[in-house]
Amino acid sequence: MTLLFYLASAAALLATLAVITSTHVVHALVYLIVSLLAVAVIFFVLGAPFAAMLEAIVYAGAIMVLFLFVMMMLNLGQTTAQEEREWLQPRTWVGPSVLVLVLLLQLGRVLVGEHTEIMPVEVGVRELSLLLFGPYLLAVELASMLLLAGLIAAYHVAKK
Amino acid sequence: MESIPYEHGLILAAMLFVCGLVGVLTRRNIVFVLLSLEIMLNACGLAFVVGSARWGDAEGQAMFVMILTLAAAEVAVGLGLIIQMYRRFQTVDISVLNEMKG
Repeated sequence: MTLLFYLASAAALLATLAVITSTHVVHALVYLIVSLLAVAVIFFVLGAPFAAMLEAIVYAGAIMVLFLFVMMMLNLGQTTAQEEREWLQPRTWVGPSVLVLVLLLQLGRVLVGEHTEIMPVEVGVRELSLLLFGPYLLAVELASMLLLAGLIAAYHVAKK
Repeated sequence: MESIPYEHGLILAAMLFVCGLVGVLTRRNIVFVLLSLEIMLNACGLAFVVGSARWGDAEGQAMFVMILTLAAAEVAVGLGLIIQMYRRFQTVDISVLNEMKG
């Protein structure tokens, strides 16, 4: 299980790096799907099977397919890939990357201090739904309203 | 079942978040910016699930479900905006959006 966690972590990190460095949008989308599926494997290892299912179905399935449909509608073509290569010069990404690396080192410095071992126990859909439809009922209602607002806004904004 | 160090899970979430942040800061194609935002939201969800596994209860997973909802709504509106931008400017370069024309 521990080995699986580290393998999936490596896959997620490499795929995410490929997403932010690739020049073709569709390639980036497929890499992101790989990354999301690796994160789903991590959820499974950590004893959260329902979260893993949601990650695979909603993120890697629905949201990424939405992206793919919009990319097909826009039909960006080969010229954009060339533009991307021109935009991705080292002088544009070295500065932000160094700053963000400092942030990562600080985060790592904070996190390395404590050491706890997780013994994964399965927290399944039963416990989650008791929580979501008990104390978090108001949050679930608000989430449904957020989705409705998102639906209406997307319809209105994308209209001609 | 073997154990997993808690801080390694959190460091993985931090690394994924940082990758997304680099993407948001450096890319000029708005589609990549939206994809990087997705990476960042997903990293936050991973941190919540790791916390949920650490304490063995479902609160973190409930937060993950909320983040998932937020990401879905955000992508729907964001993609609508991208379509509208492409119609108006015939490009996905965010540097054309540097002036407000009302």
